[in-house]
Amino acid sequence: MTSGVETLRQMPLRTKRVRERSNRVSYLLIAGYVVLLLAFGVLPTAYAVGLAFTNDQWQFTGFGQFAVVIGDFRFVRSMLNLAGYILIWLVAIVVLCVTLAVILRNHVRGRMSVFWRFVFYLPGALAGVASTVVWMFMLSPKVSPVAPLLHAFGWTDFGKLVQPQNLPGIFAIMAFWVGAGGWIIIMYGALNNVSDDVIEAARLDGVSPWQMAIHIQIPMIRQWIVYMAILAFAGGTQIFVEPQILGSASGLVDVTWSPNQLAYQFAFGAMSNSNASAALSVLLLAVGLVFAVILVTRSGLFTTEAED
Amino acid sequence: MQNSLDMAAVTRRPASTRYAHLIGRGAVWAILIAFAVFFVLPMVWLLLAPTKSAQSLEHDFPFAFGSLARVAEAWQHLIGFQDGAIYRWFGNSAIYAFGGLALTLICSVPAGYALALTRFRGRKVLLMVTLIVMIMPATTLVIPMFLELSAMKLIGNPLALILPFAFFPFGVYLTFIYFSTSLQRSTLEAARIDGASELQIFFKIALPLARPIIVLVAFFNFVGNWQNYFLPFLVMPASGTQPIQVGLSQLLSSSTAFNPGGTANLGIDAPELTLAILLATVPVLVLFLFAQRSLVAGMFAGGTKG
Repeated sequence: MTSGVETLRQMPLRTKRVRERSNRVSYLLIAGYVVLLLAFGVLPTAYAVGLAFTNDQWQFTGFGQFAVVIGDFRFVRSMLNLAGYILIWLVAIVVLCVTLAVILRNHVRGRMSVFWRFVFYLPGALAGVASTVVWMFMLSPKVSPVAPLLHAFGWTDFGKLVQPQNLPGIFAIMAFWVGAGGWIIIMYGALNNVSDDVIEAARLDGVSPWQMAIHIQIPMIRQWIVYMAILAFAGGTQIFVEPQILGSASGLVDVTWSPNQLAYQFAFGAMSNSNASAALSVLLLAVGLVFAVILVTRSGLFTTEAED
Repeated sequence: MQNSLDMAAVTRRPASTRYAHLIGRGAVWAILIAFAVFFVLPMVWLLLAPTKSAQSLEHDFPFAFGSLARVAEAWQHLIGFQDGAIYRWFGNSAIYAFGGLALTLICSVPAGYALALTRFRGRKVLLMVTLIVMIMPATTLVIPMFLELSAMKLIGNPLALILPFAFFPFGVYLTFIYFSTSLQRSTLEAARIDGASELQIFFKIALPLARPIIVLVAFFNFVGNWQNYFLPFLVMPASGTQPIQVGLSQLLSSSTAFNPGGTANLGIDAPELTLAILLATVPVLVLFLFAQRSLVAGMFAGGTKG
């Protein structure tokens, strides 16, 4: 790819004029999107940052609002809840999605593999409130089809199961059920990109399927696994729907269980404080932003240059 | 020659390796079936639940089929809830999801094209920002967005959902990738020399080629809009303006299924809840079935947003 300046210099005058005309139309074509990007990407971020550093009179308060948030006993509690949840969720998503993708890639052929991927992806249709409620039924010993299993663990009624120590695992199962399929498809796609020659050569050398997966395939899609882990982590920090729905239906979950719920309570709960809520949002935003910037600029997974 | 020798060696493996191979195969299928059960069983249960009464859900075999009369009964209870609120919820969901979708296509397809095939100042920056916003989890911005929309006095207005739904950087990125790999810049250059205007090039050359990517962007955008809960939960406080997802959570908190404090005389119990969930899922499920193939391809191309 030659630099823009060089390309321009080599071009005849006529084309250069065409290029300038193309410039103006380009702005027209991106106008709608840029307005939306400013209004619902940049502006809310700027507004949140503005609120986070001021009080309700718009007076600058430095890091005062951040101190309010971090000093709140509910903040540490929700962060600990989050840590437990993310740990389970991340291990599950990385280990199981890679395992299932490898199995599908190496042991299931053609049409069958499309079918399996579709089966794993199907619960994604219930993302959000629906999946949360479905899993509440699955975990309710009264109606669950796996009730005997629940009883075996001593969970004889819903209240006994929905206990603080079980919540991270429950939410991780809910999130995994909905989200795993998409990642299995992506991991499968990455495995498919590993050249057949490499696989064939290894097979001829007598490498067992297990060694093939561990020493050849998984290292070759390492980049994608890191990508998945980072996105799953960033997504995990945002958990809101599951604890909110489970809590509002059963009254058994703290209303500030996750940081996003705490931000919601800061904004709308008793003694609402939009500025503190914004400060917490900015903290969460910063986490997402840092990971996004690292991924986009360092991973090399994204094309930012159109092919000429 | 080398090959056939190796093949012979492979087929004449000692018995112990062959057993290991069999055990390995067994383990593989055991894992696959276990996960299929995990992913599918809850959906099968959900499909059957509205055919039964709350009592038989508790006492009968979980995968038995009840009767269609039971489904009709549950439906009667559902439409009895807040004078047929469920119709309004579905209507609202359709308005918000399709409104957002229309605006998404109008804005993101031209933008993706311009980013891929034209050169303008700030192009690189716009692409970077798009990628970053696309990867950042959308939930983070919901509360700031609410504060902003509330400052703009848009709370309760359909635009408070349609406009944020129309902001869809993932769609711009997908279109960008599609155009930059499927159209040559030299083709466009030739059209320019022949005197076609830039807009003509976009409408006559690029757009007719964009059908597959439009389908894909429309799918992801619609599903996201339809399933969104957090933003509508905040910006649509009145039941009459809420979409189905928020409606579901209302049904849930009014039901006796999980909360002994729920109001029994509203008639909302497990069969009604599961029926409402099924109905809310049908539009997305239908899309899944139709878009299956391009979906699997698109997920990998875009690489994000499950």
